[in-house]
Amino acid sequence: MIHDFGIVWSERALLLSGFANTAILSALSAVVALLLGCILTPALMSKHQAVSGAARVFVDGMRCVPFLLLAYIVYYGLPSLGIRFDNWTSGLAALIIYNAAYMAEILRGAWVVQPREPIEAGVAFGFSEIKLFRRIILPPLLLSAGPVLGNQMIQIVKDSAFLTIIAIPELTHAASSIQSRHYVPFAAFITAVFLYWGLCLVIEAGVSSVGRVAEARR
Amino acid sequence: MAQLVLDVAGISKRYGDVEVLRDVSFQVGKGETVCVLGPSGSGKSTLLRCINWLERPDAGQIYLNGAQVGITGGGLVMGDRDLSRIRTRIGMVFQHFALWPHLTVLQNLMEAPVQVQKRDKAEVRDEALALLAKVGLSEKRDSFPAKLSGGQKQRVGIARALAMRPDLLLFDEPTSALDPELVGEVLVVMRDLARDGMTMVIVTHEMGFAREAATRVLFLDHGRAVETGSPERFFSNPETERARQFLQRYAGDAAGGRR
Ligand SMILES: Nc1ncnc2c1ncn2[C@@H]1O[C@H](COP(=O)(O)OP(=O)(O)OP(=O)(O)O)[C@@H](O)[C@H]1O
Ligand SMILES: [Mg+2]
Repeated sequence: MIHDFGIVWSERALLLSGFANTAILSALSAVVALLLGCILTPALMSKHQAVSGAARVFVDGMRCVPFLLLAYIVYYGLPSLGIRFDNWTSGLAALIIYNAAYMAEILRGAWVVQPREPIEAGVAFGFSEIKLFRRIILPPLLLSAGPVLGNQMIQIVKDSAFLTIIAIPELTHAASSIQSRHYVPFAAFITAVFLYWGLCLVIEAGVSSVGRVAEARR
Repeated sequence: MAQLVLDVAGISKRYGDVEVLRDVSFQVGKGETVCVLGPSGSGKSTLLRCINWLERPDAGQIYLNGAQVGITGGGLVMGDRDLSRIRTRIGMVFQHFALWPHLTVLQNLMEAPVQVQKRDKAEVRDEALALLAKVGLSEKRDSFPAKLSGGQKQRVGIARALAMRPDLLLFDEPTSALDPELVGEVLVVMRDLARDGMTMVIVTHEMGFAREAATRVLFLDHGRAVETGSPERFFSNPETERARQFLQRYAGDAAGGRR
């Protein structure tokens, strides 16, 4: 067994580049999905039925599709409509639009339980709609939804493992290459698990620092 | 009357079948403190919210310094930008304070002047610090609203409204969410504003304050402006039976030691 881990160690360059790719994919998708989510949330809450309806269809649609299927559609399905992306672009796009829907839904849930008066004060003080959302509504949402948004980011890290099926050299992909090359499945996969765990710890550290900011204001 | 600041002309508002305001008219001159009194559900909050168009009146007009609120010169309903410009001229103080929880006290005061009025940040900051000193909260400038007492929150609420340099201040029951022992510190600030000649419309159940600080009272009942006049006359010799009953109930409360 020690010997197996020795083999994994000898492949550390491969594993680390997989880890780096997973970290990059996750961080990029988390940031962009959150930004898109922030834009989608006011659409979900819009008083214009057409806008809120369209946003609702998109969000519910995404939430009902298994992520793997979405990745298949973007990478293998779209080319038959003449839209072709490379595997990195497809993988990132799938992660982003999928999770933007979740982020928007999380923020909407936090919004509906916010007290109404501070928002109304924003209107009374002359904030226009966009500024009202950006300066008055959104910051408390991000603070109160911090832990749930963090969970979703952990979900992004895990979803990124599916992208091994479109040959993105991320962490799971690297671990499977090592195990198939050297027949050390346990050592290879357990090492990957610990590396995923490390990423989640980083996210949790981020969540708890947001939590401290929120706590000071509660 | 001094120069007219607010002119409410025949405002009506209904929610479905409920007529909340019926043809309410009144005027407020510069430097006046008008206290709006009336039983619960008589439409006091709705009236205030119509003045800055948080609610859209169904009929009637509102003029601030001679310019119509909510309707453009062409007779159309105002867009966001025009409404926003007018709303910055009207400060509002809320029953439950409505401070912005993610901002410090000082940031709460500076937010609208800097973000909406686009005034110079350093100048706004100096003015905000002076306002905090005026309401006695200089040492709380870096605290978050959640860490303040109710009375302190409401004094911040008042300073925040003043930071916009409004022509008119609206108060919706500013002390009714406060513990009795905290009411006084807020009323002191409001009394000072009245004395300094701020133009104010104040919905309140504090009869003592109204009697003492108001230049005029407006009594609302079932959405109608039933009586308006000087506080001396209203409190000592109300014209209508409804006002008499209303005042008797408060006198009863006072005798019972509730207020
Ligand atoms: N958004 C709304 N939709 C339907 N009805 C409403 C709405 N807002 C107020 N009302 C009704 O309008 C009437 C007047 O309400 P308003 O809040 O203006 O009274 P108020 O005089 O401020 O009462 P209080 O002293 O309890 O604050 C009430 O009957 C209330 O139920
Ligand atoms: Mg009210």
